[in-house]
This record gives sequence, structure tokens and C-alpha cells, in this order.
Amino acid sequence: MLPLKEFSKALGVSLWFVFLTFPLMVVKVDPIERIIRYRWDNCAYVAVVTFTAYLLMKFYNLRKMRVGETKKEVKESKNIIHSILNNKKQMVVLCSIVLVIAAVFPQIFSSYQTNVMTTALMYVVLGLGLNIVVGMAGLLDLGFVAFYAVGAYSYALLNLHFGLGFWAVLPIGGGIAAIFGILLGFPVLRLRGDYLAIVTLGFGEIIRLILENWGEFSQGPSGISNIPRPGFFGMDLSLASSITYIYYLMVIGVIITIFVVNRLQDSRLGRAWIALREDEVACQAMGIDKRKTKLVAFSLGAFWAGIIGVVFAAKTTFINPASFTFLESAIILSIVVLGGMGSIIGVIIGALILILMPEYLRALSEYRMLAFGGILVAMMVFRPQGMIANVRRTYRFEKKE
Amino acid sequence: MDYFIELLFSGLTRGSIYALIALGYTMVYGIIGLINFAHGEIYMIGAFTAFIVATVLSIYGFPLLAIIIIAAVAATVWASAYGYTIEKIAYKPLRQAPRLSPLISAIGMSIFLQNYVLLAQTSDFLPFPELIPDFEFMEPVAHIVGSSDLVILITTTVVMLILTYIIKFTRVGKAMRATAQDRTMAMLVGINVNKIISATFIIGSALAAIGGLLIASHIGQINFYIGFIAGIKAFTAAVLGGIGSIPGAVLGSLVLGLTESFATGYISSDYEDVFAFSLLVLILIFKPSGLLGKSETQKV
Amino acid sequence: MKLALSGKFVSTAACLMMALAVPAIGVAGDTVKIGVAGPHSGDLASYGLPSVNAAKIVAKQINDAGGINGKMIELLIEDDVCKPEIATNTATKLASEGAEVVLGHICSGATKAALPIYKDAGILVMSPSATNPGLTQSGDYPNFFRTIAPDDAQAEVDVTFALDKLGYTKIAVIHDKGDYGKGFAEFAKKFLEESGKAEVVLFEGVTPGAVDYSAIVLKIKRSGAEAVIFGGYHPEASKIIGQMKKKRLKTTFISDDGVKDMTFIKVAGKNAEGAYASGPQDNASNPLSKVAIDAHKATFNADPGAFYENAYSAMLALVNAIKKAESTDLAALKKVLQTDKVETPVGNIYFDDKGDAVGVGFSVYQVQDGKFVEIK
Repeated sequence: MLPLKEFSKALGVSLWFVFLTFPLMVVKVDPIERIIRYRWDNCAYVAVVTFTAYLLMKFYNLRKMRVGETKKEVKESKNIIHSILNNKKQMVVLCSIVLVIAAVFPQIFSSYQTNVMTTALMYVVLGLGLNIVVGMAGLLDLGFVAFYAVGAYSYALLNLHFGLGFWAVLPIGGGIAAIFGILLGFPVLRLRGDYLAIVTLGFGEIIRLILENWGEFSQGPSGISNIPRPGFFGMDLSLASSITYIYYLMVIGVIITIFVVNRLQDSRLGRAWIALREDEVACQAMGIDKRKTKLVAFSLGAFWAGIIGVVFAAKTTFINPASFTFLESAIILSIVVLGGMGSIIGVIIGALILILMPEYLRALSEYRMLAFGGILVAMMVFRPQGMIANVRRTYRFEKKE
Repeated sequence: MDYFIELLFSGLTRGSIYALIALGYTMVYGIIGLINFAHGEIYMIGAFTAFIVATVLSIYGFPLLAIIIIAAVAATVWASAYGYTIEKIAYKPLRQAPRLSPLISAIGMSIFLQNYVLLAQTSDFLPFPELIPDFEFMEPVAHIVGSSDLVILITTTVVMLILTYIIKFTRVGKAMRATAQDRTMAMLVGINVNKIISATFIIGSALAAIGGLLIASHIGQINFYIGFIAGIKAFTAAVLGGIGSIPGAVLGSLVLGLTESFATGYISSDYEDVFAFSLLVLILIFKPSGLLGKSETQKV
Repeated sequence: MKLALSGKFVSTAACLMMALAVPAIGVAGDTVKIGVAGPHSGDLASYGLPSVNAAKIVAKQINDAGGINGKMIELLIEDDVCKPEIATNTATKLASEGAEVVLGHICSGATKAALPIYKDAGILVMSPSATNPGLTQSGDYPNFFRTIAPDDAQAEVDVTFALDKLGYTKIAVIHDKGDYGKGFAEFAKKFLEESGKAEVVLFEGVTPGAVDYSAIVLKIKRSGAEAVIFGGYHPEASKIIGQMKKKRLKTTFISDDGVKDMTFIKVAGKNAEGAYASGPQDNASNPLSKVAIDAHKATFNADPGAFYENAYSAMLALVNAIKKAESTDLAALKKVLQTDKVETPVGNIYFDDKGDAVGVGFSVYQVQDGKFVEIK
């Protein structure tokens, strides 16, 4: 049980929060009618909520400490996921279960659920793409959404002007985005850390602002509508079946992405990225071409974003610049960090949580985004290394008897 | 020529406001290496507190001067309290965490605070009482420099001087610089690093609150979302000047404000932000650590 | 230990989910489900929440009076944050939950993304605020109706007023770079140029939310414009008008329906005096308008926000159509909407075959003594 001292502390904390929230929560003024309303009941809510939250927090810490005493146990349970990943047999079983669920999902659930799941899968791929840049190569990119926008507009515009179809634009959109990745990569090669972050943020905003203002090119803020959904051997699909169709496309897309990213991670290039992330100077000393490695990371990350951009345009059938704001970049970055930087399975889980959560939080109606922000903070505070931290590949030298 | 001077003052005013917010970013970054995305929200909360207090006092019939002083004090006190609490909740547990985790925590905090104010108050725009009256002696030049521009410029200068004094000559300031240079060493020489970090958040938040009060009174309206855009711009300014450097933040803000003003005046406001960000990219290409940032040689 | 805890956690979570899911199932058949979609969180929430309030008020009035043909109205309120991609989720959710008609969406972009889904499901959609001309004029969306005038109609009213009534020859056109504002501004520019009576001396966008607009105000001053036609919403309008007063500019300010909102007068205060804005005809003297506003004050203890009256009118039109058609079949509803006139706060309206409201006359108002006064 908690010591009594904690209760008085909790009282102090709740008093502090009552003070903190007083002007915003209690006082409400109408400057025109010159009316002041005091909502004293809010004081009580704040006090009760913070009081219990503090005690729960302490309780959690206490438990963590107790559990920490029997460390061995914890270690074992913590590594369940990794042990599954390392065990081929279990891995196969797990994968096939996931695949079966993925395959029957649209049959069981409504088209709304399928649509939401498709969005989540798109973010899985986006997260994996950004993971190449941020997680593996260690280049903090706050403007990733720019490449996503480039892909989406490539499809919309090429379709509008030249009548190109979804399948034709899919590689083109990815390619154009990759070129933009290199374009961004060149000037920022010298920049490090947070300077890189703000330049990429600026780049993302520049792309959005150009799309917004250059009306002759992009149709401006009113956007492009009636973008065709992907075709299926020339057949006309109804809305419900095309939702299912895009869903299956995304499932395949995710599988391909996981495969490619996994292979990349173990390749020579992937190791060069990791070396670059850990120490640029040492990495150069080892004879790795820093310039080329960075540019490849940018363009490969951008390529995935471009492809998903094309899918995005085809799925919503309407795009405008409002979909490509900084907040979107922040969400994709949160997916990567929340899931666990550099860890593929972590990114997948991160994307599923972060994209599905606001949808299922709809039950909370107007408190939805409040809860989203709060949960983001809480998750980081309780698991700063991400849901599933990446495990370094280690080689253990064992002496033979 | 008149047009040029008008644009110059408009740019300086804009730059001064950016500076008040940018200082908070740069101080926090200097000391714990974190881009505090929730800082724009502190600015918004400061402005909102000032709005509530000023309106309540004016309904009770206080004189204007008393309203200004009490509202300013309340805004700084509450904004600082929020800054302090946010650090304790969202950043302090993450000191030892991977570098990007506090960043995500900050983004979450920013979303949380926006929606908190939206729910606790209103989603609508509210009229901010005009705290800065039109001075009579300014009337001949009012078309070039307004009274509120003047007040903003003077306040910013005074605040900068006070801040420079604090950082350079007081014990807290010295401890801050020491902590920014090397946290472990600072601890070893007996500096209470936790207190110093809290102090940094408090001072940064107070500056943002003053900025919030001034700008809200200048443009006469307030809403829960004003912190976001101002925050991004101020952050850009801080990086432009060299993040972590206090004179850099001020210089970067002024450069950014002037660029936006002249770009709007002589070219087009359609691409105002494009110019601002392109300038940033250009400067960083030639000076990769900003205008006044220290270029660090990386050692192995 | 750890595992036991997580097991408990999962079961608790499952219970919670079920508890949340139960009310959503409801009993089908004895209610009329009306979806309400728009931005209810995020930066544009102030344009979406008033419509939710309007829907709640009308639904309560109808339900208290015994419902529509004995059926109670059930509101399904869903957030779309004004983003096209979220709007498609919102639309599929409303469709799969059995919404029979939808009040929304608020932003034209989100509406365009959501409409194909409603069309496929045969759901009638009525927006209080999506003004993009293409929504009705393209003919792509036969299930779409709105209680607000499209951008081009408004721009024409404003331009005619500035040219013929006020006789200006040099006009600056400013917009907020948004969907609504820029669309309006482009039409205004087009009509000004076609008229040949006036010169467009400046055509530019301002960044919404920027800390200061003095540079653009200086530019207006230098352009020598006699009037500014502004396309956008009231927050930017009151900022611009405030800074114009600060720079001692005497240029006339003319704007659109997004500005003809009481919040504009509240926020801009005495700076708003003399400014013009177009809006639905004489709704200030319309008794229903007063009823709507009083109901909001009584229920929410505050003045209504943007598009409240449009949303209130849309709800009345929808309810009337469902009542008269005695079903929620799209064709039947459409027939009633296009033939039967309804008394609403925005006027005595019915809809043309494209979906635009007929009878929402447009007139220009001027702010005089803190009120919008119609200019005859």
C-alpha cells in the first residue's frame, strides 16, 4: 500500500492543478455582454482527477520498483516479442495468423472498419518509409509529408491532364517523389540534427504553400476532385467492393514494404545507414560515402511516401493542400518514435495504434483530440524507447571448451 | 521612401514578437537540447489568461493602468506555472530517453493544450481588450508607426536587456550557462540542475506570455489556435539565428520579420512563407549552424 | 505477475469496449437517424461546432413535439477535422451506422471527398456552409443540397454593389488563400474585370493566423484602392480592418458571408463600423431567425457561431422533407425539397434541381452602431 505521506503530497499536487487551471477552467467571460461566469464545479473535477492520477502514478512506480527486484522475471516477459521474432517456428505461426486475420477482415467487418484499416495500413507503409530516414539513417525529417503530397498530386495531375491510370502512375509517382527527395537531400547534406529538422519542416511547408498558391498548376486550395479509384482489369467496381479492393492492395503493399525494408536493413547499405546514425565521422573514416548514403536514404524514404501518396489520391478521390500540413508529418514521425525507432514491427504497431486510436476515440466525441494528445505524452513518459525497442544485432563470442 | 520606412517598422514589430517567443525555444534548446513544440501553446495560454483577467477587471471597473499591470503579471505567472508543470510532467521523466522521445511528448502536449483551451473556453475568436491606447503624441506619425508598434518595440528591448542581465550577471544566469555547456560538470560543481532547468522554463514561458499579451492587444483577437503558427515561425527564427544562442534568436527573429514584411511589400504576400523558409534554407546552406550559432567541430 | 496483470487489463478493456458499443447499436426502425459531420476539433472547430448546436436544438424541438411522423430524431455526430481523408472515414461510418440524411460537411474539400460515398449509399446531404460552385453546378453530386449561396453568386452581389451603388473604380481584392476565400476572390476579380468599370489594383492572399497584417495593409494603401473586397472568414477580416484603422486607412471594406457574422462585429468592435458584408436577405427581421438565436442562447448560454442559421435552416428543410415524403428515400426527399417551400431563418426556401437553395436572397449589409443593417 502507499505510505500516508503520498496522500498529503497528492493533495498538494491537486491544489497546484486547481490553481493552474483556475483562469481557464473556472472563469468564463463574455466581453460583449460583460458577464462573468464562475464554474466552481470544474475546480472539484480537476482536484479529484489530479489527486487520483497522482496516486495511480505513484502506485505504478511502486509496482515497477517491486517488480524490478525480481529482475529476471521482467527480462523474460519483456523479450517475448523478440523471442518470437527470433524463433522461426513461432514467427511462421504468428505471421500466418496475422495474414489470415488480414485476409478475412473485410468479410467480417463493415466497410467503415475496412476503410479505417486501409488508412492504418497506408500509415504503416509511410512509417516504414520514414523509418528508413529517421530510424535507420538517423536524419530527423519533419517534412516527410511533402513527398506524400508530391505522390498524390502526381497521380491527380497526370490523370487530369494525360488521363494516365492508377497503375501507370504508381511507379511514376514514387519516382517523382524520390527525385524530390534527392533535391531536398543535396542542400541539407552538411546540416546536422535539429538544423536538418527545421529545414525539412520548411521544405514541407514550401511544397504545401506552392500547391496552395500556384492555382494554374494545382487548382489551388479548392483541390482536385473526381480522381478515379484504381481499376481492376477494366471492371467497374461498386464503392463497397472498391474499398475492399484497395484494402487488399494495401495488404500486399505492406507485405512488399516489410520484405524490402527488412532486406535493406540487413544489406550493406542498411549497415552503412546505421553506422552513419551512430557516428558520422567514424563512418566516413571507414570508407563509407556519406553523401551517397544520405541521398539514397532520402530518396528511398521519399519513394515509399510517393507511392502511398498515389494510393491516397485514389482512395479519397479528392485531394487538396489541407491534407498535407505539418501536423501530418508530426503524426508520421510519432508513429516511428512511438513504435520504436528502427524497429519494423514497432513501426507497424505504432501506426496501427496512432491511426486507429483517434477513430475509435470518436466515442469520446469532442474529447477525442484531448485524449489523443494526452495519450501521446503518457506513452512517451512510460515507454520512452517506444513500444518495441529495436534490438541490435549482436554477435556473442563464445569460447569453445 | 515612406513606403520603405513603413515596411521597415512593420517588419521590426513582427520580428520583435517572434523574438519574445523564439527566446523561449532557444533557451530550452540550449539547456536540454529539446525542441519544445508546446512553447507556442504557452504563448497562447499567456494571452488567454491576460484576456480573462483583463476582461474581468474591466467589468469590475478597474482603471486601465491597473488592468494592464495586473493582466501582465497574471499572464506571466500562469504561463510560467504552465511551463514549469509541463516540464515536470512531459519532459523530466524523459531526460535519459532517446533523443526523439521528448520531441513526440512535446507534440502530444501541444495537441493536448490546444484542445484543453478549446474545451475549457471556446472555439470562437474572442475580442481582446485594447490595452494599449493610441497615444496623442504619436498621432502625426501614426500612419507609419502606431502606438502599439512603439510599445512592442520598447517592451521587447527592455525585456531583452533584463534577460541579458540575468544570463550574464546573476547566479541563476551563470548556473544556466554552466548547465547548457555541460550538464554533468555543472552537477559536479554543485549546481542543482533540476532547479536550473525549471528556471529556464519559467523564464522562457514568462517571455512568451509577454509576447502573447502584446500581440493579442495589437491584433485585438484571440483563439485557442494562435500559438501553433506563431510557434513554428518563432522556432524558424531561433534556428535561423543559431539555436541555443540568445542574441542569435533576436537577430534571427528580426531578419525573419523584415524578410516577410519586405517580401509582402515588394513582391507578393502569396508566397510570404515560401520566402521565409527559402531564406532559412539558404542561410543554413552557407552557415550550417545559423547566423550566430557556434559551429561545432565533431570529434570522435 | 506481469502477464496476469495484462490479462486483467485486456478483459477490462474488452468490457469497456462493449459498454461503449452497446448504445451505438440502438434499436433500428423507430428513429430517424440524421448524421452531423464537420470539424468538431482542431483549428477549424469554430466553423463546425455551431452546426452541431443547431442540429441538437432542432432535434430537441422536434422530438419534444412528438418527432417526425412519430419517429424520434437521433443525431449521429461525427468529426471530420475538415480533412478530405478523414471525411471519407466519417462518411463511411455514417453510412454503415445507418444515417438516413446528413447535415454537413462544413468545408467544401471535405464535402467533395465524402459525397461519392453518400451517393453510393443513397444518402441525401445538405451542407450549411460548403460554397464551392462545382458542388452543385458540376452535376456530379445529385444527392447534394445546400442552404448557402455558392461563391460566384456572392461575388456577383458584392461586385455589383461596389460598382453600381458605391461607384468605385479602383478595387483591391484580398483573400485568405483558403478554399472558400480564394474561390470567392477569384470570382470577384473575374466579375470586376468583365465589367470594365473598375480596375483590380491588387490581388493577393494573406496567411491566416499570421501575427500581423500591417505589410499587406501598407500595400493596399500604396495601391491607391478605394475599396477592398475580401474573401475569407471573420477572424482575418477583423484583423485586417483593425490594422487598416491603425494605419489610418479610409478604404472601404466589402466582404462575404463568412464575415457577415456577429462574431465579426464583436471582435472588430468599433473598427467594424462602416464595413459591408453580403449575406442572406433580411434575416434580421425574420422572426424565425430570432427564434433560432434565442433558442441557442437559452440552451448554450452563448451567442451562436458561424453558419448557425444556415445549419438551423438546413435542419428544418431536412425535417420537413422527411415528414412530407414519409420516407428517407433519396428520390422522394429530393422531390419534396424541390417543390415544397419551407420557412427558415434564411428565408422561405426551396431547392433548384442542382441543389442550390432558391429564395435565399442575397443582400448587402453595412455595420452601423454594432449591427448589420441591410442596404436597400
